[in-house]
Amino acid sequence: MSAAAIRFEDVTLGYGRRPAVHHLRGTIPAGSLTAIVGPNGAGKSTLLKAVAGALPPLEGRIEVAGGRAKRLAYLPQAAEIDRSFPVSVFDLVAMGLWGKVGLFGGIGRRQQASIEEAIAAVGLTGFERRPIGTLSGGQMQRALFARLLLQDASLILLDEPFTAIDAKTTADLLDLVRRWHAEERTVVAVLHDLDVVKRIFPRTLLIAREPVAWGETGAVLSAENLLRARRMVEAHDPHAAACAR
Amino acid sequence: MTLDLLSPFTEFAFMRRALVGVIAIALGGGPVGVFLMLRRMSLTGDAMAHAILPGAALGYLVAGLSLPAMTVGGLVAGVIVALLAGLVARVTALKEDASLAAFYLLSLALGVTIVSLRGSNVDLLHVLFGTVLALDDAALVLLAGIATLTLVTLALAYRPLVLDCVDPVFLRSVSGAGTPAHLIFLGLVVLNLVGGFQALGTLLAVGLMMLPAAAARFWSAEITAMIVIATGIGIVSGIAGLLLSFHAELPAGPAIILTAGGVYLVSLVVGREGGLLWLARPRKHLEA
Repeated sequence: MSAAAIRFEDVTLGYGRRPAVHHLRGTIPAGSLTAIVGPNGAGKSTLLKAVAGALPPLEGRIEVAGGRAKRLAYLPQAAEIDRSFPVSVFDLVAMGLWGKVGLFGGIGRRQQASIEEAIAAVGLTGFERRPIGTLSGGQMQRALFARLLLQDASLILLDEPFTAIDAKTTADLLDLVRRWHAEERTVVAVLHDLDVVKRIFPRTLLIAREPVAWGETGAVLSAENLLRARRMVEAHDPHAAACAR
Repeated sequence: MTLDLLSPFTEFAFMRRALVGVIAIALGGGPVGVFLMLRRMSLTGDAMAHAILPGAALGYLVAGLSLPAMTVGGLVAGVIVALLAGLVARVTALKEDASLAAFYLLSLALGVTIVSLRGSNVDLLHVLFGTVLALDDAALVLLAGIATLTLVTLALAYRPLVLDCVDPVFLRSVSGAGTPAHLIFLGLVVLNLVGGFQALGTLLAVGLMMLPAAAARFWSAEITAMIVIATGIGIVSGIAGLLLSFHAELPAGPAIILTAGGVYLVSLVVGREGGLLWLARPRKHLEA
């Protein structure tokens, strides 16, 4: 197997002292396309947040190969975007260039072309001047994918990117995910649609606070594993003692 | 006729000084106001304006109606209240708006008390409503300096400021510039309020920030245009307000803010971007 893009060293994540992800060990290989699957409350979003560096682990370490800066792109679930803010689709997508132009760098003709290209790649040509407040949910998600394209990251984290998105948009955006995979970028996506996972994602991490199964998708998504995951997440003990592991 | 209308500026030096002062205030206050509005901090500006009062009042207690003493005092008090309110909001269960409200009410009461300890009611009126018709050289230099510093700083911090409003999570994932940009912006707010305080007083200092910004929202859906429009409205309100106060013999500060308020009300009704008239007028929907 190729080098690790992300290495989890006995990672426990959580809020307060309650673990949302418990003692996770393992690696995500560079260039792999991995789905994270599990019931609600299984710690999937928490895990991505921690990989993105937005949540320090309670214990253990998460190692991102090459560091996070400029290499990592993260699309959170229901992005906390102020849709009423007066900026255009073009400006929103242009934010993806931050890693290249930073605080003061100019956006010249070349950058402008790359922004337009990204907008075209997600099928939003003609929407450049529209205020972001006028976009539908699916169009907004397309714009955010265009921004991801511009970030040109080698590690891309997607948290439920297709929730409440129609089939056509999902298919278009999945094409981009395939393209990233073909370009040997590492993609990790939290997903609920197991059909999509089986069709497109070669590797899967099934998690229910504890990792249930991890590896080749077909083997991980067995009926037995899925049932086990559902049972595990239901265990919540208000009087839990300190973890001895 | 036009000459007659504008003659106060050609005839009286104090009117020319007031003119320069309000233009400087509008130049800095316009953009700061737009950002306050877009960051949903419109009332924060108001609260901060009251928060600078005890500092300015202490300066007054020590040195009388002295510009440097009141300016430094106001700056210190404003920064302290901003930091304390932010700290309480982060450490305790109290939200930022409640904690800010508590501190500014305390500040306002404290400030008025301090002024009354030494001053007369006239002084109190000056502190509360400003002395735009009595700006001396030092005050004008201060106002111009604040406007310059504000515009340069905003130009430099523009990207992270906008990004921090639109998508803070994204900004945090690509850069650590969000928090410093926010703190610098808060500093600019305090600075502009201290400047406005000299001319318009603690109660109205925020007027040339928020009213033009709120009015501009009804004329554009694009942030750059909004800033330009807000600044323009501020300048026009300043000039018109001064003339109104001169010809109608009204107090100058309130006349300026009333004019800005008038522009806001007109915009609210006829503004192209969601003004009431446009909302009320039934128009056939488009094909696409």
